[in-house]
Amino acid sequence: MATAEVERRRGQLAALSIAAVVIIVGVPLWWKTTETYRAWLPVSQIRELAKLQLQLSADVEVVFARGTVTPEQQKKVPLTQTQEEDHAIDDDTALKYRYETKYRTATIMEEDALNKPTAAEADLSLHVLSESPCGSLVIYVIPESSSLLPEDVKVYIGQRRTALLRVAPQMRTAKTLEQLLHHLQPHIKQVLRVMSFSYADITAALSDRVRFHPGNKESIADSMRAFKSSPGYEITFSLLNPDPKSHRLHWDIEGAAQTYIQPLLTKMSPVANFSIDSQTLHYAMLGVNPRFDNTRSAYMLNADSLAHVINPVEARLGSNAASSNPVLNFLLYVPDAYHSPLYIQDQNKQKVPSNAFHSPRWGGIMVYNVDSYYGPEAEFPVDININMAKVMGVFLAQLRLLLGVQSSPPPPGFLVAPCGRTGLADWELDRLMWSRSVENIATATTTITSLAQLLDQIGNIVINDNIAEQVSSAVTSLQLAVAELEAGNLKFALQFSKEAILASEKAFFDPSLLHLLYFPDDQKFAIYIPLFLPMCVPILLSLIKIASEARQKRREKQVKKD
Amino acid sequence: MILFVNDESIFLISSGFTRLFLVLLDKQVCTSRFWFNYRHVANSLSVYRSVKRLGIPDSHIVLMLADDMACNHRNPKPATVFSHKNIELNVYGDDVEVDYRGYEVTVENFLRVLTGRLPSSTPRSKRLLSDDRSNILIYLTGHGGNGFLKFQDSEEISNVELADAFEQMWQKRRYNELLFIIDTCQGASMYERFYSPNIMALASSQVGEDSLSHQPDLAIGVHLMDRYTFYLLEFLEDIHPASKANMNDLFKVCPKSQCVSTPGHRTDLFQRDPGSVLITDFFGSVRKVEITTEVVNLTDPIEQVDESPANGEAREEMYSYVDQLPVSEIIHQKPKQKDWHPPDGFILGLWTLILLVFFKTYGVKHLKHIF
Repeated sequence: MATAEVERRRGQLAALSIAAVVIIVGVPLWWKTTETYRAWLPVSQIRELAKLQLQLSADVEVVFARGTVTPEQQKKVPLTQTQEEDHAIDDDTALKYRYETKYRTATIMEEDALNKPTAAEADLSLHVLSESPCGSLVIYVIPESSSLLPEDVKVYIGQRRTALLRVAPQMRTAKTLEQLLHHLQPHIKQVLRVMSFSYADITAALSDRVRFHPGNKESIADSMRAFKSSPGYEITFSLLNPDPKSHRLHWDIEGAAQTYIQPLLTKMSPVANFSIDSQTLHYAMLGVNPRFDNTRSAYMLNADSLAHVINPVEARLGSNAASSNPVLNFLLYVPDAYHSPLYIQDQNKQKVPSNAFHSPRWGGIMVYNVDSYYGPEAEFPVDININMAKVMGVFLAQLRLLLGVQSSPPPPGFLVAPCGRTGLADWELDRLMWSRSVENIATATTTITSLAQLLDQIGNIVINDNIAEQVSSAVTSLQLAVAELEAGNLKFALQFSKEAILASEKAFFDPSLLHLLYFPDDQKFAIYIPLFLPMCVPILLSLIKIASEARQKRREKQVKKD
Repeated sequence: MILFVNDESIFLISSGFTRLFLVLLDKQVCTSRFWFNYRHVANSLSVYRSVKRLGIPDSHIVLMLADDMACNHRNPKPATVFSHKNIELNVYGDDVEVDYRGYEVTVENFLRVLTGRLPSSTPRSKRLLSDDRSNILIYLTGHGGNGFLKFQDSEEISNVELADAFEQMWQKRRYNELLFIIDTCQGASMYERFYSPNIMALASSQVGEDSLSHQPDLAIGVHLMDRYTFYLLEFLEDIHPASKANMNDLFKVCPKSQCVSTPGHRTDLFQRDPGSVLITDFFGSVRKVEITTEVVNLTDPIEQVDESPANGEAREEMYSYVDQLPVSEIIHQKPKQKDWHPPDGFILGLWTLILLVFFKTYGVKHLKHIF
């Protein structure tokens, strides 16, 4: 019948159109609405960063004073040389040190400066003449007969960026300039290693990328003492008074911090931000009992028991709850009247002159005895004004150690000038900036590469636009930092490396990157089957029916033909 | 669950290998609500107490307790949580610092603390401030199953998520070595999926076994502790800060005869030999100290901090309160528009409706075209 045929056609058309809509419209729609939003990340650039090739450049000027070069050698000067040293740390990290050395003779004013009676004065007048830019060095080669340096000292390192190197007797035998330079080379290298970057410092700074095992105990201790690079630090000064009934302590911490500590922190402001606060704790005891020593008629604290002092005290120290910057604690402990005076003794049972100790990556403690301030007939409580210059001298030294300013003692034959009013020599700051830049770059590259790897591995994490922005800016800053290091612009390199590390940390630790979307496959099936199965079964069956009818019709046609 | 975080500095020992500066982090988490899960809170608090006794300060401990047993209205001895029969030992004390309490103990918060992805307003005490030299101890207790741990009776954390979280910690160098202890049923399944280096794991029972509780107390009316933790604590009571006990001793804690379940451990990811790892590496904390030998010579007198007139003027500004919460506005506020979701079963109902309409319009006889 015609109507039956039409009906059947309509039925077939209905089934086919439903199937078409489901496949053409439904499946893409479902796919689009259930995918996670992932902003584009510069993956190829990140992969390039995984292989880190760092080049550190330093400009060195070697100035020959009168009496160190012969006239015929002098003809060849001024001269510029470039030396490069390659170190491959591991598969992904390679270092290159590049020294651009300029040799020249001293000017008349520099000669005058070098004729000053002491090395310190010479250093000061040399500094007045010319100021070296950040990251560069000047080495003055002075003749053997010069009286600036004492007998056994061959190198004097000044407070700024200059060093005085005394010519050794065997260098006099050099005839040509090349021979002289050849003799000087190892000494210059030694000076450079102390004053700018050394292999040990830089590889320690790379410890985030490269897990390496340092050689000896001293270098382990050195690498563990300083805090890791951080954009900011909090410094807390605490006065511990276990006996307020006997001692009423006054300390001008505000003035002392402003006068003694702030200059150092201001000078170090390119490296990190610092904030200082102070507190006083009453009835705060040390956790250990000191022993009375009859020979010295004083109480002594053993070096071994010092380790147990810190933890009980730490529980009572407050800290700034708002920031997660590392905290450096400096404690000033004034012993109670009964246990005065209290001295710390070292392993050899000798009194420690500074009466202070420090703990790596934590802070320092100093014991300040006040028994000399009053006699036995004093009326308690006694008012005591603490000598802040002495206290801050110790704390400043500890601060220098904890911030990584001074890591290892200089080699023999070197005399290092005391660090001056700010507590930090210019070359020490340079050295810190080199190692901080390298550390920041190393940390930022590992953070970015591991973030990219993580986001690749776990497909369910949503990557928002702001994270993509942070990652891109971190990558750009890193590339700039590496370029600036190559060019030798230390200040800019440090700044870019700080930006890079801030951006990379912000991207990595963004709260939105939490992946709570672990769905095992059977759970996925359990969710989708009740939604799609009731709809798909009729469609599939009707398509099968249409197909089988079409085949049957074709077979009938075949039979009719025959 | 309790996350303990402790900082530890170890004296360098010249015994053939180098020990790094260790910072210990412990994390202790108890994930169970309700009064009858008293023992899980007592477990966590007992381990917390031992770790504090061995020297770790609160600033290095993250303690997460899912319910408040000490002030539960069913507690016949309020403000106490006991861990021994005959009410010998109150582990709640007066210096317990709980960082995440009650409903804050969720899978999300736990993973956020581990990976460090906390909002910037989170205070220091709620963060895990570890670095690459820190040793972390993680102790979890609660109800668990094969491959998951139950949180708050409504969600679970799977072993895959935990392993991924540890891998993220390793990528960011948030730990040096990690000791993972879990006291739940089928606890060994939780450490099966770990793949990051330097992780050592202990569990109170194998897959398919239940961890049993130790002793009920008739006065309080609930079980006070789980067996594994009870014997673990007995073991820890013998440890003092200078103790030389090592991990192999810890593996022997609570054999099958005492625990009924078989405790398990996993050390293949750990680089050092367990026999050389001291218990105090993870449970205790002794700081390394160095004598300060150099002093900076300061001779300038202290500058007076003057108050300039400009400062003086600023100082006279009156203090004022920050805008208070606009309570009146809030009370009279209209209810917030929540995102609209279609009612449940909507899609199934929709399809049923479509099919019914189709067949009603065209008659049931067309059914044969479909089926």
